[in-house]
Amino acid sequence: MSDRTININVPVLARVEGEGALDLRIENGSITDLRLRIFEPPRLFEKFLEGRHYSEVPDIVTRICGICPVAYQMSAVYALEQLFNTEVTPWINAMRRVYYCGEWIESHALHIHLLAAPDFLGFENAPAMAKQFPAEVRRGLRLQGLGNQLIKLFGARSVNPIGVKVGGFHKAPDEATVAALVERLRTALPDAKALIEWLATLDFPQREQAFISVSLRHPLEYPINMHDTTLCSSTGHNIAINVFEYYFKESQVPHSTALHCHLEGKPYLVGPLARLNLNHEQLHDEVKQALADTGFTFPSHNPYHNIIARAAEIYYALLEAVRLLEDYQQPTAAAVEVTPKAGTAYGCTEAPRGTLWHRYEIDDHGIISAARLVPPTSQNQARIEADLHSSLQVLGLDNDETTLRQHAEQVIRNYDPCISCATHFLDLTVTRN
Amino acid sequence: MRITNNRPTVAVHKFTSCDGCQLAILNLEEELLTLAELVEIKQFAEAGILDEHAEVDIAFIEGSITTPREMEHIKKIREQSRYLIAMGACATSGGIQALRNMHDGQAWIDEIYASPQHIESLTTSTPLSDHVRIDLELWGCPVSGRQVTAAIRALLFGVLPKTEHDKVCLECKRSQAVCVMVSRGEPCMGPVTNTGCGALCPQFGRGCYACYGPAENPNPNALANRFEGLGMTADEIARNFLFINNSAPVFHTIGQKYSDRHDE
Repeated sequence: MSDRTININVPVLARVEGEGALDLRIENGSITDLRLRIFEPPRLFEKFLEGRHYSEVPDIVTRICGICPVAYQMSAVYALEQLFNTEVTPWINAMRRVYYCGEWIESHALHIHLLAAPDFLGFENAPAMAKQFPAEVRRGLRLQGLGNQLIKLFGARSVNPIGVKVGGFHKAPDEATVAALVERLRTALPDAKALIEWLATLDFPQREQAFISVSLRHPLEYPINMHDTTLCSSTGHNIAINVFEYYFKESQVPHSTALHCHLEGKPYLVGPLARLNLNHEQLHDEVKQALADTGFTFPSHNPYHNIIARAAEIYYALLEAVRLLEDYQQPTAAAVEVTPKAGTAYGCTEAPRGTLWHRYEIDDHGIISAARLVPPTSQNQARIEADLHSSLQVLGLDNDETTLRQHAEQVIRNYDPCISCATHFLDLTVTRN
Repeated sequence: MRITNNRPTVAVHKFTSCDGCQLAILNLEEELLTLAELVEIKQFAEAGILDEHAEVDIAFIEGSITTPREMEHIKKIREQSRYLIAMGACATSGGIQALRNMHDGQAWIDEIYASPQHIESLTTSTPLSDHVRIDLELWGCPVSGRQVTAAIRALLFGVLPKTEHDKVCLECKRSQAVCVMVSRGEPCMGPVTNTGCGALCPQFGRGCYACYGPAENPNPNALANRFEGLGMTADEIARNFLFINNSAPVFHTIGQKYSDRHDE
């Protein structure tokens, strides 16, 4: 061990969504300070949700995150409908699943190709990587585009989509449009399989770590939306959505505008790898086979396998969208009637980056009096810092600063942190205290 | 002012925002790779390209100004950029987060933070034009990829792009959508809102909520009167104007008027 003191300061984390930084101090061969610093300015969403009508919520919460607006809309509408005892039709539930599949495909393809893969292959960024891997990058951008098309089918645009309302959708797409898109989805299935095979050839560091996985679970299907789901962990939790706050607690740390969330005092993982660890058996056979053929087994405790989990979920989401759309019939009504009532609404769905939990207090006039949103990145923060401690030790703290910095950045990107989301959320929680 | 380089330089900077307008670029698919050939991207943190202090021909700015650091940072970017383009509702009007401007911003922050000493935040959210000179504003929440590539293309030819100032109503008519206000009595902000979105909301059978900001020569009073005629309360009318572009002066004035009426 050396007795040198190293300060590594990454002032702006590139290839993540939002503004974050990393401070690392190594003294006499051990880490004395390690902080994933989030300085994204807060926007105070929880405050301006107050006083708004419940029907405005789907158009407000999309603005929290440009990259996962569908997730925010879905956690919100399921929460409100459950409070209002609104029974949506099987068609609405199925199409919401398709809509959400679009966001998984878009977000995962963007993360794999534009944010994460350059780390594995030694490029500074995706345009540079595209010069040497043009076919792979173009395939990735095509998949991302296809995800966006699915979102547009129900949302008119892929960022801040406008098609969702409490009770269903504003409009049901016509059959010809759906049939044309299903053809494109089918054509992309080999691309999704090839993506898994390509990623399997990357160099994966051996970084087995003990951690808790958390995700929704559904008795029959891979978890996406909230109906008939419970929140589960790899340590045996199986809880209802509305008791989340009894088990999951947050604390403020001075270096972050986002809170750290713990499950009964312990850091935990949410997101694609956690979902795959807890729900592998619910994947389509084609996806299981593709994973088996490339030698990956789940549960996995190597955080680098997050990128494989993302690719597996792209393949799953494509298959699922085809399954749900192939016999598509345009319904007479795209939404059901909603009668608001006062009370507390709880919602939880699986955003691309992991579990997204919402709570709203509604008054007699259907007006929001309080809101709390717990995004995945807040939940993963403590796990990311734990991973960094472990990974940098395994790598060897004697490495030069460039190596340590690059390694730390890659570790953080494995979690696909979305700092725009996380910061919001912070505000909410502190308000409650 | 002309761009003389063969391959102009471009920067994308983020201020207080949701990252959605940057996605207008990252969602260009194949065109993204073409764009990376046409121009030299010097700064775009989300895409992994970092050179915050690079002098560039075109700087796209997403987000509003909400911290002391951002107030200083935008001035530096102005100095090092030939064309400065405000991209999206946050940059052009302060965004949805400008709702804090109408309340006691300091009280909000004090209420929210257990340890406010760790948080550096202004009590207001303001558009870039309150702080520096802007060469071009691209309105929208979010802007579309088409707006961004059209702007770059025009600047490559040495001209500022032509921006649309029609109202959403005109585009709605041209798309042959059914007017939701006439047919169903549903409130729609189309008569006072700038087009550019493609009149998406009326085509989906719902009212426009003004995410592209005020149109040229709007008549918000007439629209508010119409809303009253539909039976809407003062508070509901205020909320329609005080939404995504709540601090755009035209919307702010009328929204505040109805908001005050509610308080009486």
